[in-house]
Amino acid sequence: MSDHAAEGVMGNISRWLTTTNHKDIGTLYLLFALLMFLVAGFMALMIRAELFQPGLMFMQPNFYNQMVTLHGLVMIFGAIMPALAGFANWQIPLMIGAADMAFPRMNNWSFWILPAAFSLLFMSYFAPGGWPNFGWTFYAPLSSTYGPPSTDFMILSIHLMGISSIMASINIVATVVTMRAKWMEYMDMPIFVWSWFITAFLLISIMPVLAVTVTMLLFDRHFGTSFFNAAGGGDPVLFQHLFWFFGHPEVYVLVLPAFGIISEVVPTFARKPLYGAKFMIYAIACIAILSFIVWVHHMFTSGVMAWIKIFFMITTMIVAVPTGIKIFNWIGTLYRGAVSFEPPMLFALSFIVLFTIGGFTGLMLGVVVADYQYQDTYFVVGHFHHTIVSGVYFSILAGVYYWLPKWTGRYYSFRLANWHFWLSTISVNLTFFPMYFLGLIGMPRRIPDYNIQFTDLNMLASVGALIFGLTQLIFVWLLIENIFFSKGEKASSKVWDEPRGLEWTVPSPAPHHTFMTPPDPLPEQ
Amino acid sequence: MSNQAHITPPSYWPIIGSVGLFVFALGIVNWLHKEPLGVYAIAAGAAILLYMMYGWFREVIEENMAGLGKDPQVESAFKWGMIWFIFSEVMFFATAFATLFYIRLFIIPWLAGDYMGHEITHYILWPHFEMQWPLYTTPDPSMFLGPLKTVNTWEIPALNTLILLTSGLTITVAHWGIIRSDRNMALTGQALTILLGLIFLTLQVYEYTEAYHVYDLKVNSGVYGNTFFLLTGLHGFHVFLGTVMLICIWARIYLAHFTPAYHFAFEAVAWYWHFVDVVWLILFVFVYWI
Repeated sequence: MSDHAAEGVMGNISRWLTTTNHKDIGTLYLLFALLMFLVAGFMALMIRAELFQPGLMFMQPNFYNQMVTLHGLVMIFGAIMPALAGFANWQIPLMIGAADMAFPRMNNWSFWILPAAFSLLFMSYFAPGGWPNFGWTFYAPLSSTYGPPSTDFMILSIHLMGISSIMASINIVATVVTMRAKWMEYMDMPIFVWSWFITAFLLISIMPVLAVTVTMLLFDRHFGTSFFNAAGGGDPVLFQHLFWFFGHPEVYVLVLPAFGIISEVVPTFARKPLYGAKFMIYAIACIAILSFIVWVHHMFTSGVMAWIKIFFMITTMIVAVPTGIKIFNWIGTLYRGAVSFEPPMLFALSFIVLFTIGGFTGLMLGVVVADYQYQDTYFVVGHFHHTIVSGVYFSILAGVYYWLPKWTGRYYSFRLANWHFWLSTISVNLTFFPMYFLGLIGMPRRIPDYNIQFTDLNMLASVGALIFGLTQLIFVWLLIENIFFSKGEKASSKVWDEPRGLEWTVPSPAPHHTFMTPPDPLPEQ
Repeated sequence: MSNQAHITPPSYWPIIGSVGLFVFALGIVNWLHKEPLGVYAIAAGAAILLYMMYGWFREVIEENMAGLGKDPQVESAFKWGMIWFIFSEVMFFATAFATLFYIRLFIIPWLAGDYMGHEITHYILWPHFEMQWPLYTTPDPSMFLGPLKTVNTWEIPALNTLILLTSGLTITVAHWGIIRSDRNMALTGQALTILLGLIFLTLQVYEYTEAYHVYDLKVNSGVYGNTFFLLTGLHGFHVFLGTVMLICIWARIYLAHFTPAYHFAFEAVAWYWHFVDVVWLILFVFVYWI
């Protein structure tokens, strides 16, 4: 193809700018996510440095708030979501036997909007007052009446991210519906494809909600409307309802593809088919549907009526049922399997244990009366970092370690990967376990300074965070070694022992164009 | 068609679109912050985006005319893409309607002290505030002045309902024209639809002018004005986009791009137009009528 003939620096740049190849675009998404992960991770380390000791150490409270806001926004929209979209781009066509995504040019656009969106967000530092400083949830009136000028940059940046997400999701739905190999029925689709298929519907449903909400915020800021101001008949709590109607499904947007990755990795290294595969699909669908009727559990202390809280507490508890099915089925897959512990499997096992902890603490937070005690403490911070860092991020690592030899054609250094795993798993718990205890003894969130009785646990968490941060550099080095220095043994097309799926029938590295003619069905298992 | 998959060549349009979006968004922020360059950046961004859309759509149309549009997979992908794009628009309007219902059913009664024993908010904040809809007197009139009068349901809005419903018929006439290869019928039906869209927009602009200058009904007149302009404005913007699409499709009928079997571009725009039509009916009932 002509798109490989490009030569020289300019040729290379234009190749990546204009590419319509799902593998190239997947790579772009993953590299962008890695860059954003390092930036937002650095912000997290600055937060932990400030919290190492009581008293203001390195920064003013306003800058601390800016770090908290940017860390949240960039991690969620810039690191986790693009990383998962990168997996979708690389893997979905390979797993359903398609030559590419349904709309390759739109696919390119979905990616290249992201650098524009994040440039807009980062450059808002130069607006008077610096970056947004009200947390990633940007509650009104903190973001309306009291928001700094950079809030407008953030709003427009969120609009761009929304356009990108909606286009990417429409692309995924159209690809999965129309481009499967002829013999592949819906229930034959690999579980990772299913998880993204359902996630795409979630994204198409919720991104417009966020778009309208930030538009109303923009009007409240500049055109004298009072959507979120009771003096004109509006309501600041309306903002919270709209935000969390988006926000709760959004966290499942992060976690469902993670479930998909784990459901691919565990059967390969347990050398058994996924236990209860159909129920795994139903469970994902159930979680997705339930995600629309649980949002008020983020607002138990915001002033909603008691019976509404009870309703949302019950729906929140019900989410534990399909999630429990998934955990049990992964364990069922491991039961009597010939389990081996390659790096992807290590991360997957770690995910199962640590995500369960994050999930259970979520149930604790979902109990109305208990939430009065926990809300806005470090307990909440511990909860969502256990689900997102040792949950979603670990699943991304499991996925990278699982498919990297397929992408680059070479094995990576297992020695480095094992170091990466053990140091990450130990330090992630060192960082986030103390936060539960900090929360239970009453340390509030989003505060740069604290009372001295919280010092020991905070020091522990900061040390853990530093180790965790440095450990991720091992991962970066491993990637550089694997991609650029062509070190490591060449991988066969199967890569692992007996992995199941169409992606393992193409050579490693996967050629630029795969499945130009539709593949034959896999042999029966 | 051969069994070989079609590969889309690399394209500069998406990156041009990204640059356009970036300049456009930056322009809006600068305009809001009263920076002198803002307006020019908005204009430049819009120009880049229009150029991108022109070029990109032209490329897609050329590919489809060259035979790709007859590939059942490609046609089906376009259909699914359009369906889920419209669904995202449904969620867009659903959010705006949810805001309206939430304010009318919960917030106004609550602030007026008439909601399941929550009088305390009322007594502490604005004890004089009374429940009413349309909201002529806001809780704090010194900050947000309510409208003097609201738009009469049975004048322009009712007429506009009739116009949009009729346009739903005329676009069906255009569809029949395409299916029967009757180019004149298709062109006439499409032209009538465009005309009705333009009349709708003109009446809407007239209504806005009257609201602003005669009724004192503005975007900042408390939540009544907020929700009124949010919903009708979003809808009006969609009618505008729909009309532009209809004009492009008229040109494509004129250039004989469609055959009785392959005219999905027409159908996609017709779906969009019907969607905008249905939204208007809901809007007419809940914004103008009750």
